[in-house]
Amino acid sequence: MIKVEFLGPIELDSVDMDIKSLKELSAYMKSSDELKDWAINSAVAVNDVIVTDINYELKDGDRVSILPPVCGG
Amino acid sequence: MELYSEPLNVDKITSKWYKESSNLNYGAFITFIGTIREEDGIEALSFDIYEPILKKWFETWQEKAEERGAIVKMAHSIGDVPINKSSYISAVISPKRRVALELIDEFVEDFKANAPIWKYDVIDGKRVYAKDRSTPMRGAGILAKESN
Repeated sequence: MIKVEFLGPIELDSVDMDIKSLKELSAYMKSSDELKDWAINSAVAVNDVIVTDINYELKDGDRVSILPPVCGG
Repeated sequence: MELYSEPLNVDKITSKWYKESSNLNYGAFITFIGTIREEDGIEALSFDIYEPILKKWFETWQEKAEERGAIVKMAHSIGDVPINKSSYISAVISPKRRVALELIDEFVEDFKANAPIWKYDVIDGKRVYAKDRSTPMRGAGILAKESN
């Protein structure tokens, strides 16, 4: 199982998903009215490390974070 | 790295950093102090922080600074910070001025682009995500690309 958490202004609870890759997460987000816009501008971290390759394979127990556009300071 | 669930006490934080570094024989100490401006009728700004990735981001900067013989410091508020109060302080301390002047620019700009912090305007007690002022992080959008 993969835990997916939505950070900052994405006001959704984290979900447990039975997925094997970021491609599957991409398909899920693109098909969701609440998430498709966030997919366009959010970065992705797996176990708190930013991932930039959509072909990244997920392992059971991985934690995926969706990070929307930032503005500190 | 220091996080506070209140506006930053600028005097206390900067003088603590200054004292900590005072026996290093370093010639340059530069601070950047971010203060909430009154703008568009806001009462305050409010911040969410994702600490695990912020900590890693800061550690990477500590290593970059160390390679150049310098030290970086950072403090940020979590939650509401009213106008004319400080929410963000960073500092660079180095043996000579040139490194500190260059690093403070790079450090603050990269902070704005890649630190996992989300900003909200507080208007009539409600938090509104500052979407137009926010920057997509490195790697943003990979989940929207067509995969093959």
